[in-house]
Amino acid sequence: MAEVRLDNVSISYGKKTVIEDFSLHVEDGECFTLLGPSPCGKTTVLRAIAGFEKLQSGEVKLGGKTVASKDKRIFLPPEKRNVGVVFQDYAVWPHMTVAENVYYPLKKKKIPKEESKKLIELTLKQVRMTDYAKRLPYQLSGGQQQRVALARALVASNDVILLDEPLCNLDANLREEMRFEIKQLQRETGNTIIYVTHDQDIALAISNRIAVMDKNGKIRQLGEPEELFKNPVDSFVYRFLGLSNFIPVEVVDNKLYVQDESEKILFSNTLPASIKKKTFFAACRPMNIQLTRDGNLKGRIKQVMFLGNIYEYRVQLGKYEIRVQQDAFSAFKNGVFNQGESCALQMNNLRYYEDVEEVSA
Amino acid sequence: MRTSKLRGKNELRKLDGFKFDTGQILLIISVAILIVTVALPMLMIIYNVFFYKWSFDWKLFAQMLTDPDNLMAMWNTIKIAFFVTALGTLVGLFFAWLIGRSDIPLKGLMKSLFVVPYMFPPFIGAMAWGLLLSPRSGYINKLFMSLTGGRTPLFNINSLAGIVFVEICYYFPFVFIQVSSALERMDPTLEESARIAGANQMTVIRKITMPLVVPAIAAGAMLILISSLSHFGVPAILGFSRNIFTLPTKIYELIYRSAGSFEGIRRGASLSVLLVIVVVLALALQRRLLQAGHYDIIRGKSMRPMLIKLRRFKIPMLVICLLFLGIIVVLPLFIIFAVGFLKAYGLPLKLENMTVENFKNVLFVSKMARDAIKNSFFLSISAGIITMLVGTMIAYVIVKIKPKGKGILEVLGLLPYSIPGIVLAVGVILTWSGALHINLYNSIWIILIAYIARYMAFSLKSASASLEQVHNSLEEASRSCGASHFESLLDVTMPLIRPGMVAGFFLIFLPSMRELTTSLLLYGPFTRTLGVAIYSINEEGNTVQACALAGVTILIIIAGEFILRLITRERKGR
Repeated sequence: MAEVRLDNVSISYGKKTVIEDFSLHVEDGECFTLLGPSPCGKTTVLRAIAGFEKLQSGEVKLGGKTVASKDKRIFLPPEKRNVGVVFQDYAVWPHMTVAENVYYPLKKKKIPKEESKKLIELTLKQVRMTDYAKRLPYQLSGGQQQRVALARALVASNDVILLDEPLCNLDANLREEMRFEIKQLQRETGNTIIYVTHDQDIALAISNRIAVMDKNGKIRQLGEPEELFKNPVDSFVYRFLGLSNFIPVEVVDNKLYVQDESEKILFSNTLPASIKKKTFFAACRPMNIQLTRDGNLKGRIKQVMFLGNIYEYRVQLGKYEIRVQQDAFSAFKNGVFNQGESCALQMNNLRYYEDVEEVSA
Repeated sequence: MRTSKLRGKNELRKLDGFKFDTGQILLIISVAILIVTVALPMLMIIYNVFFYKWSFDWKLFAQMLTDPDNLMAMWNTIKIAFFVTALGTLVGLFFAWLIGRSDIPLKGLMKSLFVVPYMFPPFIGAMAWGLLLSPRSGYINKLFMSLTGGRTPLFNINSLAGIVFVEICYYFPFVFIQVSSALERMDPTLEESARIAGANQMTVIRKITMPLVVPAIAAGAMLILISSLSHFGVPAILGFSRNIFTLPTKIYELIYRSAGSFEGIRRGASLSVLLVIVVVLALALQRRLLQAGHYDIIRGKSMRPMLIKLRRFKIPMLVICLLFLGIIVVLPLFIIFAVGFLKAYGLPLKLENMTVENFKNVLFVSKMARDAIKNSFFLSISAGIITMLVGTMIAYVIVKIKPKGKGILEVLGLLPYSIPGIVLAVGVILTWSGALHINLYNSIWIILIAYIARYMAFSLKSASASLEQVHNSLEEASRSCGASHFESLLDVTMPLIRPGMVAGFFLIFLPSMRELTTSLLLYGPFTRTLGVAIYSINEEGNTVQACALAGVTILIIIAGEFILRLITRERKGR
């Protein structure tokens, strides 16, 4: 039983408030991701759950038990919270072997030697580090150290496991591999996992639910990955979840035109029901644009790049540049566009937003 | 919940739940230790100088300040410090550059030889130079007079110039070490691009290299300045017989002459205040002079610098280096051991006049010498262990816990670094000889307290350096594994900084073994240290025994230094 609950939590470093009036509810057995640009206070949230930060106000509950509360004058130190943490820099103790690192939490919980031994073996097997049990951390690669840190957090069957950007120091291949392993482990062990990252790919891949946070430490949207990807509530979330084009559009005579003083480009005959403003933005992901020889929305190819699986085009639409990605094999079949050629854009899965925010991830 | 923002600070703190956690306990202990060992002696000096029976009284200080003898001592102190700093900096700079940037041969050997004076006790050096160059009986002067047939000595070491010379021998390594490491870390492309831009060799040195090493020079020169202003041993050994006093030796003389009477100590305390004022002013002045520029381009490590070809100066420069090393390192070392083996002082240095009796005597017969060895070992080991542990604890509070008011800890911990040893000794006497109803005078404990205060800064610096290497997350990881703050200290942090702590122990052990200044004011009949014993045997005129004991001391220090090297090398290897 380990749901995690934060109610109206505020934390500040000195005068700088990092998160304010922050509430979150993570259910038992859930793999939950806090996704946001750095810095946005997501690590601070994690540290508050782990017990490394004191609260200015609010309350933290683990498994229904209050572990930190300003008003009730409760502050349970980290060692009494039964929370496993995997740090960004792994924090594997350099003076202990792999097995010793993993044994440490069991030792602190006074679990008998025999049982500990079995647990260590099992956990090292889970993270596929059995052969390295006797090694010292400096003899391991980054990915292997990462597994040790993971095993150390898993071994004591903690109620909650917190992971702070554990994959961001790994190279791309390893990152993908570890992504699957974490997901797999979570299914096997059924722990509650809270994962902090600025990498939307990982977040979408492993999470049951995601909370997207902005730079001010506020949650913009919370939901299942598919839901988030399908219906981003604002341009911030939209932009954060993948590559995106934002095209300024305006309403003229009940029709939608691309905002452009010199040219009149009809964008769409129908108006989005949700928007009341005269000028706003249409959002579209590069993969959701179909390039054709003829159609209503005319553009001109500015640049062509072959990236293996996909062709990437920069298309001039009025005074705007649109990023378009096409599956390489369908492009081969339909004919690849050359630089300078004219083309037509067919945009699918469009979303409309009243304004566009900068995201610096 | 919103109202909590409006509450007072104290109330908020109470809300944190626990009354005292490990961090707060460590903080309180640290502050208490520093107040007792460092702040109290300083306050006692100020109180005793400016207050008499609880009322303000500045007459004593004014009286001391107008005494021409004291002014003379102050003037001597300033003169000596000025010349030692200026010349020592030049010497250190010259050799650092020669070894760091020229193609002079035998670099490895010279690099290690140049650091030797750094570990050699200066007062033993002063003894050695007295043996060589005292006006009538010095071996070199005698040789010179017999060669010239005249009665004028080559050089009188018992003079201000002599004192300056000996101090330079032992203090130039401060600049040498600082500048050498700066040159090693400096990116050589900075110099190379100046050459490519058309500057010639001299211009590069003047316009590029020099400005970049200025901070290193400033740091080294500051160390020389502080050390020289507070230095006791050399002027005591070379100056007393000629009535040449500096402030530190004058303080000692005032207290010694009054046989430790309270009035004498008060007078000494007044001069101590004066000495501290001089030190502070000198530091402020120097800081102003060298503030000019601060660059941070010296970064990274071990790139191959472009070496300057000395060509036809190669051999002459090598000769200069070797000659210099021969004079400042080999010669004093040789004379100490040679005289230590002599049957009687004054005999010519010939093999038939040699004996091992003196060494036998100091090691196995003389109670005073054996007591001294025992005391010094006891003091150095206990001061080493205690100061290292306490320093590590305070450094932990400063580096890791970072409480409010850690600034006070830093200031108090590093204060003794710039407080002259003799001043600290006066403060310790005033504090621990009954004024606060604890009388440790004449016991070994009063010396131990003084050592702890004196070397706290060393320990603090080395412990901070190794603690900064231990990332916070390592301790947090163990907390989240179920270890309490104290347990994670024990299981994670301590093992990781253990090599640093051992090195820190030796950084205190070694200077304690050769300590003279504070021990000389604090020793009692049965608590002589090695330094005190050598000094008093030498003052009694028993030169050969003094040299034998000095030889033993040097061997102990070399052994300790060797162990320290082994430890630090092992650390780098990992």
